[in-house]
Amino acid sequence: MLDVRDRQLIEIVQLGLPVSPRPYAEIGSTLSMSEDEVIERLIRLKQNGLIKRMGVIVKHHQLGYRANAMIVWNVPDNLVKQLGGHISQFAFVTLCYQRPRQAEWPYNLYCMIHGKDRATVLMQLDQLNEFCGLAGFDREILFSRRCFKQRGAIYQRATGTLLTHG
Amino acid sequence: MDEIDRRIINSLQEGFPICDAPYQQVAIQLGLTEQALIDRLQVLLADGTLTRFGPLYHAELMGGALTLAAVKAPPERFVEVTGIINAFPEVAHNYARNHALNMWFVIATETPGQIRQTITAIEKQTGLPVINMPKINEYFVGLKLEA
Repeated sequence: MLDVRDRQLIEIVQLGLPVSPRPYAEIGSTLSMSEDEVIERLIRLKQNGLIKRMGVIVKHHQLGYRANAMIVWNVPDNLVKQLGGHISQFAFVTLCYQRPRQAEWPYNLYCMIHGKDRATVLMQLDQLNEFCGLAGFDREILFSRRCFKQRGAIYQRATGTLLTHG
Repeated sequence: MDEIDRRIINSLQEGFPICDAPYQQVAIQLGLTEQALIDRLQVLLADGTLTRFGPLYHAELMGGALTLAAVKAPPERFVEVTGIINAFPEVAHNYARNHALNMWFVIATETPGQIRQTITAIEKQTGLPVINMPKINEYFVGLKLEA
């Protein structure tokens, strides 16, 4: 489990890694922790899955990804796992989830495609429908019109974390 | 942004080493000097191409909770409803989408119980029913955008 030192480390690291030759030593110096200890703890957090990934988070728009589509299907429950597994193999799919059906919203399989433009996304959707055998199922495609709010992780009081992408 | 920047972004979306001199290690793989990599990263962070450089935490393993939620905001109340929902610090993302369910947002809280509380509070303040769609399963994807 996490100890106090892990929690302090998690809180500091979420602000971003220093962009300088010894980033973990720099982080350690603010916590009175040696560089080795920082590295050991971070490696353990990664092995335990608490850190999903270390790396960069890009701004979609800046890279020219202007079309953001959420696609939902209503598929038989016994096929969700298999179809979700197929869909997630496509490089252009950025997220894929099973979610519960709701009244007036019968869909149970969700994926996101971040594409450069709508025509490309629609072509990619055709590919998914064809190669995953999804064409016969009810679906909807919801393009985002505006992004009102997008914030990164905020780890509050070392008890939980707020992440992107529900 | 040039070809070298693209290679840096593509490489760092796949991971960043946890070792004494991680920039040096990445620089060697990319055929750059450590200083050139650091200089370019600083520019990409400063100009907003990269939003963040660091860990992506697993919310649920950290004890937190996430859900996807949506409301049908009547067109004449759209601005007002957007304001109410965005004012909640628990709302991480909020997107307008082209559907009768026209506002889609992610709620992220420190504990699972706070998801329900936040939804109830949003329903009370907006007077609109909130549809809650927590994930049941996640299918692994690389979450990488080719630069």
